[in-house]
Amino acid sequence: MAHDTSAGTAPDPLAGLDALELAPQPGRDFLRRGTSGRALGSVWPKLLALALVVGIWEILWLVHIKPAVIFPGPGTTLPNLWQQMQHGLLWQAIGTTLQRAVIGFGVAVLIGTLVGAVVSRIKPLRAAVGSLITALQTMPSIAWFPFAIIFFGLTTQAIVFVMVLGAAPSIANGLIAGVDYTPPLLLRAGKTMGLRGVALYRHLILPASLPSFVAGLKQGWAFAWRSLMAGELLVIIAGTSSIGVLLSTDQQQLDMPSAESIMIVILVLGIVVDSLFGAADRAIRRRRGLADPALAR
Amino acid sequence: MQRGVAASGSLPASGSLSASGSVAARLSPAASGSLAPPGATPAVQLTEVSKLYGKGRSSVLALDKVSLTVAPGEFVCLIGASGCGKSTMLALVAGLDAPTGGIVSTGGQRVTLMFQEPALFPWLTATRNVELALRARGVPKQERRGRAAELLRAVHLGDFGDKRPHELSGGMRQRVAMARALAQDVDVLLMDEPFGALDAMTRDLLHDELERICDERGLTVLFVTHNVREAARLGDRVILLSSRPGRVIEEITVDVRHPRRMDSPEIAELAGHMTDRLRKEMASHGA
Repeated sequence: MAHDTSAGTAPDPLAGLDALELAPQPGRDFLRRGTSGRALGSVWPKLLALALVVGIWEILWLVHIKPAVIFPGPGTTLPNLWQQMQHGLLWQAIGTTLQRAVIGFGVAVLIGTLVGAVVSRIKPLRAAVGSLITALQTMPSIAWFPFAIIFFGLTTQAIVFVMVLGAAPSIANGLIAGVDYTPPLLLRAGKTMGLRGVALYRHLILPASLPSFVAGLKQGWAFAWRSLMAGELLVIIAGTSSIGVLLSTDQQQLDMPSAESIMIVILVLGIVVDSLFGAADRAIRRRRGLADPALAR
Repeated sequence: MQRGVAASGSLPASGSLSASGSVAARLSPAASGSLAPPGATPAVQLTEVSKLYGKGRSSVLALDKVSLTVAPGEFVCLIGASGCGKSTMLALVAGLDAPTGGIVSTGGQRVTLMFQEPALFPWLTATRNVELALRARGVPKQERRGRAAELLRAVHLGDFGDKRPHELSGGMRQRVAMARALAQDVDVLLMDEPFGALDAMTRDLLHDELERICDERGLTVLFVTHNVREAARLGDRVILLSSRPGRVIEEITVDVRHPRRMDSPEIAELAGHMTDRLRKEMASHGA
């Protein structure tokens, strides 16, 4: 530690005390692990989970719960997935779906943040809009599709509309909760410091509500992703290939290996995006000293 | 050893009292030098201040016609059992709350409040926390970094500017909070049990630190504590408050020479007197 040397020579007991209190605690050494060790530590449970799933799948296939055509095992599906990955069609479909995901989630973030900011600011709106938001959240997004398809036709807008309805309430709620739970002590500190109006929001309330906002984003993403998948299965737009279109085609052709391959793709995409949110969440917690000490140290 | 202990019997029965007048009258020539001469504009003045919380039957009278005058540069400790309205008094002086009756005046001086918790913004480094206070006060951007570093050095934390609050010890955090308070360029520092959560050794060192900083900057301090020794150690004057409602029951001018130590016999004797007085007050509530 850089401070140890200066503290050692300084006659000031305060500096000495500082150095002692910041020195590494010997009892905690066993919790420390290198970066590579930690990465390895977080990877092996995932590998184990994967092995478990493939194992159960293989066993179910081996005991022939259904004919092989209807329930193919990993030995058929995984080569099928590999084969599909060699073709442009799958990647084109992934591209279309991710583009919709970005647009839909982006609009949801915009609207959710705006609504959340306004509602948290204006007290009388809180009760009215608050219950509206909760009502929206209880509505399963798939129930919106008949409405959306009649209103927008079989278009991307119909899908984006349902995604936004699913995701925006969670995002708005995350922001409102964050603003509501800004620690009162910090608010008092900010006010005695002279932070008012916009400055109070910018320097205190928004940063304080960031963890809750990110949690809202994460939940909003989960809703958006589900709505998107439902939408792509229901709203088949002629001439475009998307993950939902591929899955739906496989269903019509009774092509189970391909259908399972697409499901694996959906699962992997979901996990990747979710882990991005997880990483953002952990980074924020670490910065604020809220992280699990066993992992942070 | 000199100390002036006001005889409680000489106080008006109502409990309200004009502190500055009575202290000036009681001051001996050898009294603490940090007291301003009588007649100087007070830094903080409370005149017959009352504070009622709630309405109707459930209302609580937190302060009952409390009068108090604090001279510029004076260090005044407020002490009392729970419910004596100490924290209410600070909130009134800080302007976070308005009195139900009476007048609170700080004569246009800059006032800030420090709490038992450092209340630092956890997402900012120590330097940034101090810089934010400078910014809120309108200090131009190019000056902030240098001023913040200077203030952190003033609390002996020059090397720790890039640490976030959770990476610092409790005592260090409280010193960052002190630097942040100083960044507000205040004349009056209101402290609400600022060292209550710290271990005794750290607290002793921070007493010295606080004393040095206040002397250097000529700060006026209103310091709430429930530790009688701490009050005797730090205060030029100690105000004892009754509970529910809060009234001034006694004020003590502490004439013990600096540097003081919490474990010195003079401080212990004075603290003993305060404890007795506060116990008597508490006993009156049990009856």
